[in-house]
Amino acid sequence: MIEIIGLEKSFNGQKVLNGINLRIEHGEIMAVIGRSGGGKSVLLKNIIGILKPDKGSIIIDGVDITKLRGREMDKTRQKLGVLFQGGALFDSMTAYENVAFPLKEKIKIGKKALQEKVSKALEDVGLKGMEDKYPSEMSGGMRKRVALARTLITEPRIVLFDEPTTGLDPILLNSTHKLIRCTHETHGFTGIVISHEIPEIFDISDKVAFLYRGAIEEVGTPDEIKRSSNPMVRQFLTGSSEGPVELLCEKETRR
Amino acid sequence: MINLLRRLGSRALSFLKRMGHMLMFLLNSIYYTFVPPFKFRLLLKQIRFFGNKSMIVILLTGSFTGMVMALQIYHTLNKFGSEALLGPAVALSLIRELGPVLSALMVTGRAGSALTAEIGIMRISEQIDALVSMALNPMRYLIVPNIIAAIIVFPLLAAIFDVIGIYGGYIIAVKLLGLSEGTYFSQIDIFVEWKDVKIGLYKSISFGIIVSWISCYKGYFTEETGFGAEGVSRSTTDAVVMSSVLILIWDYFLGSVLL
Ligand SMILES: Nc1ncnc2c1ncn2[C@@H]1O[C@H](COP(=O)(O)OP(=O)(O)OP(=O)(O)O)[C@@H](O)[C@H]1O
Ligand SMILES: [Mg+2]
Repeated sequence: MIEIIGLEKSFNGQKVLNGINLRIEHGEIMAVIGRSGGGKSVLLKNIIGILKPDKGSIIIDGVDITKLRGREMDKTRQKLGVLFQGGALFDSMTAYENVAFPLKEKIKIGKKALQEKVSKALEDVGLKGMEDKYPSEMSGGMRKRVALARTLITEPRIVLFDEPTTGLDPILLNSTHKLIRCTHETHGFTGIVISHEIPEIFDISDKVAFLYRGAIEEVGTPDEIKRSSNPMVRQFLTGSSEGPVELLCEKETRR
Repeated sequence: MINLLRRLGSRALSFLKRMGHMLMFLLNSIYYTFVPPFKFRLLLKQIRFFGNKSMIVILLTGSFTGMVMALQIYHTLNKFGSEALLGPAVALSLIRELGPVLSALMVTGRAGSALTAEIGIMRISEQIDALVSMALNPMRYLIVPNIIAAIIVFPLLAAIFDVIGIYGGYIIAVKLLGLSEGTYFSQIDIFVEWKDVKIGLYKSISFGIIVSWISCYKGYFTEETGFGAEGVSRSTTDAVVMSSVLILIWDYFLGSVLL
């Protein structure tokens, strides 16, 4: 279970997160949607402990990780799998080596078993035969999928996905969602998925949270969100440029 | 007046803070050097990285340095009729000073800068964050292998620089200036002591620590210098300048202590 209480974070006086409250139950997939630049990735990095919040707490399985340091934090991180927005593949390693890396470093595993697992993982994301390619030789979507395979291969108990499907074609989008769903059914992880895929993301998530102006504007099941009467949520779902949600250009000129 | 004092004070404080930060980084990496698990594979890879990148430039600069020195020193010694000492003069200045210093400067330019850029790119493309998120310590995976590799490689490269330089000097002295072959080498044998070799060794080991430390630090904290690609390019320049200056200062300091 992950519980976020009153989380605040600013960068050089710019308040990005302004009191986030969110609770993700054990075994649940929570989708986080919201504006570009709205602080979704920052929220994620706070949960991993890469960024330290200014205020508030993040409780993972009963431990407030904002109070942990170095090696204690690593104990919690053992449970985590993270898919970064940019993939964060190691560019000195091939696709195969990238996917094998966390497995090799974290779990003692035979060479044969390792090989099988990695091949299977790459096949799952539709990248069979791409084992020897380096990240610089891959397309953006391929990199994303290698990163996804690397995230899931250790079968983490908590998985954080930062836009797992951005930049993929519609077919890959659906097959990636299916993979996430399938993995969830077999391993039952607790998940947070940041996504811009509306409405597809509703199909794989148990709950949806709408992040707006540094706070969670609304949380609910996908159906509740779809039927929400909140004008911000409504405008966001339809993607209209007319409405109460302030546009980027206004913000830009004010800065 | 008070304003000036205040500004000076805050400058000094931020300078001290940065120095402390850099020192902590070094101490941290020393800690992980001695705490298992060790990453031998990565160490070998970084040894290859340093050696491979710098070998040719070391061979070139080494041979020409020896040749230039033989030419210059010959004309001075000639005035006193003591050309026989040409060999030791070339060898001693190479082994004690020029070998360690010049080879360290060359490696800084070749491999140190590449190292800063590589680690900096890993930082801005979140590869370091990815390591952290896997509960793997970036110090152990990125920094320690480089520092140990530098401690091993710098003395070796300096030794190669010395040998090539001495042979460069030999070519000039014997083939061009007509010194006898026996004189050149036998005098080196007489004058160069084990102590001189040790001084050179200490120097290049410490240069290895300085260069890898600064290069890693600048790449690892590239976001302190600036964001994105521009930040990386600036930290790369910073790392080269800072390493080079520190090499020369430390060389003077060590030289005066070890003499
Ligand atoms: N390291 C940082 N230093 C300064 N500002 C930052 C930093 N990281 C993020 N920000 C700022 O925080 C805000 C939120 O960024 P974030 O990356 O979380 O957005 P996002 O919701 O993930 O957007 P997107 O959907 O486009 O990925 C942005 O305005 C960004 O400028
Ligand atoms: Mg983001």
